[in-house]
Amino acid sequence: MLKYILKRLGIAIPTLLILIVFSFVLMRVAPGGPFSSERPLPPQVLANVNAKFGLDQPWHIQLWEYLVGIITRFDFGPSFAYTDRTVNDIIMQGFPVTLTYGAWAFVLAVLIGCALGIAAAVRHNTWLDYLAVGTSIGAQVLPNFVMAPLLVIVFTLWLGWLPGGGWRGGQWPYVIMPVIALGTSYMASIARITRSSMLEVLSSNFIRTARAKGMPATHVIVRHALKPALMPLLSYLGPAFVGMVTGSVIIDVFFSTGGIGQLFTNSAFNRDYSVIMGITILLGALTISFNLLVDILYAWIDPRIRY
Amino acid sequence: MTMLEVTDLSVSFRTQAGTVRAVDKMNFSVAPGQTLAIVGESGSGKSQTVMAAMGLLANNGEVEGSVKFDGRELIGMKSGDLNKIRGQDMAMIFQDPMTSLNPYLRVEDQMVEVLMFHKNMKRKEAIDRSEEMLKTVHLPDPRRILRRYPHELSGGQRQRVMIAMALLCDPKVLIADEPTTALDVTVQAQMLKLFAELTDKFNTALIIITHDLGVVAGLADEMMVMYAGRVVEKGSVDELFYDPRHPYTFGLLHSTPHVQQGRDRLAPIKGLPPNLTNLPPGCAFNPRCAFRFDRCVKERPALIVREHNRLSACFYEGEMTEHDMEEDLVHDREKDVAAT
Ligand SMILES: Nc1ncnc2c1ncn2[C@@H]1O[C@H](COP(=O)(O)OP(=O)(O)OP(=O)(O)O)[C@@H](O)[C@H]1O
Ligand SMILES: [Mg+2]
Repeated sequence: MLKYILKRLGIAIPTLLILIVFSFVLMRVAPGGPFSSERPLPPQVLANVNAKFGLDQPWHIQLWEYLVGIITRFDFGPSFAYTDRTVNDIIMQGFPVTLTYGAWAFVLAVLIGCALGIAAAVRHNTWLDYLAVGTSIGAQVLPNFVMAPLLVIVFTLWLGWLPGGGWRGGQWPYVIMPVIALGTSYMASIARITRSSMLEVLSSNFIRTARAKGMPATHVIVRHALKPALMPLLSYLGPAFVGMVTGSVIIDVFFSTGGIGQLFTNSAFNRDYSVIMGITILLGALTISFNLLVDILYAWIDPRIRY
Repeated sequence: MTMLEVTDLSVSFRTQAGTVRAVDKMNFSVAPGQTLAIVGESGSGKSQTVMAAMGLLANNGEVEGSVKFDGRELIGMKSGDLNKIRGQDMAMIFQDPMTSLNPYLRVEDQMVEVLMFHKNMKRKEAIDRSEEMLKTVHLPDPRRILRRYPHELSGGQRQRVMIAMALLCDPKVLIADEPTTALDVTVQAQMLKLFAELTDKFNTALIIITHDLGVVAGLADEMMVMYAGRVVEKGSVDELFYDPRHPYTFGLLHSTPHVQQGRDRLAPIKGLPPNLTNLPPGCAFNPRCAFRFDRCVKERPALIVREHNRLSACFYEGEMTEHDMEEDLVHDREKDVAAT
């Protein structure tokens, strides 16, 4: 097992390095720079600014310094747009916000989605199944840019129960609507995947064997069907988790949560290259880590996978 | 006295192509210590008959009729009560050993749960009993087998694990669906001996489904021949082997090498079994029958008592010889029938 994990890490780390180099090069070849604006700076000022950020160095030196900074000090360098702030500061301001509502959305989506999917499969072709399928289709056709305004209309404007936006350090009235808006469509997908794989497992020969042995229905589901039925979901959950904790531009903008999605768009408009790269690398690192985690979980759950 | 009594058991499946009647009005019973063999070509409904009896049909399946275990009706029984009988008094060995064990659980976990649930054993005790049972089915090194996952075992080993699992609670009725297909000849002989011992010593009622008429001859008291979901002939093994009354039984016997020795060639039954959604008019076997005449195409022969305790469903009353099975002769008859 350990050998397997090390082997996978051996692939993950170079992948991440390639991602860093690749995004660095992309930023450099993109036309325009952080300091090119409608009103060009005087050449002397521009040279000074470039020197301050090391942009006068040959690009391979810049790349090297950048890599060394990340690897040794976990330092993504200074922001190009806010002179007194580092990329780390900016990310650390936005990421906890998205992590909070993203993780809640993930937990709820998984719990409700799985429960709905399993219940629908176990009660296949009954009203419960139709209700679950109907709910998940309904949730899926409501993308978050429709969900978000709907929630605000109902809970803020009509009922006046929840604030329409803001974050306030993550007090729960501010967290609820972002969580629902983000989590609903994920919940629907999870329910759909769980239902169909559970249906397939329940009609397999080894489930028939368990029933022939006289095992009670709940035991058959929990002990015999659950693990195999959740396998297909696992590969979906890795990327889904990353997608959720890194938030969504729409939710950040709509609820003014100040999450990482909002930072990303702001930085793109400001041509704040170092922040864009910092966020890109963070997303990449999370994606790679969670895919690794999913692979390890697979190997751990399914005895047929050999390391 | 009968242990399992099946009356007018029918199974139909809802499919896109319409309703398929896979089993049609089956009647049979097994007494303690008796062995009933069910034979018939692939798709004739052997497995679905016993699945229905055990309450294990697929979701799209529907069952009619009655199945009585020790006098208690199983069809429509509450699942809690049924689960006390299944696995304990009535056990089943499945046809496909490769997929019938749970790939996510160790052999041990799949075996002990039977004993823990039905016999209230502690895990430790259940493991010892499982180990013993693996020894009974001649698996070497049972301790190690218990710790294995199914994918780490060979097909023959898995089949024997299935057999051992079914025997854990000393069932009163054992249903074995082609239990020896994955086994080599020696192990097969060992298992057949084991089954024979079960019926002799422990008075188990055994239903065995097999394609191997050698197994039938060696093990069974009674034999039931199925074709397209119906019984076409039923009687004691001796009578059916030496004096088959249905051309299909006759054909089966003559396409089996073991049964009649010294034959220079086998005569397989020509043609294919019919499509259940589109059965031929009259007798379902008529398109392949060497002895058919015009009545066979118009009317379906009922399963009637021929002599004491012997049933067959055929209009033909005459002699059947191997010569009748020759291909050109069948061909000629086909022309005759077409002409009439
Ligand atoms: N879930 C299902 N839906 C529709 N048809 C089914 C279903 N299960 C079985 N059948 C059909 O029922 C018929 C009888 O199947 P059964 O498994 O009893 O055959 P069998 O006699 O055991 O054959 P074999 O010797 O190959 O095991 C087949 O034609 C099969 O296609
Ligand atoms: Mg079968």
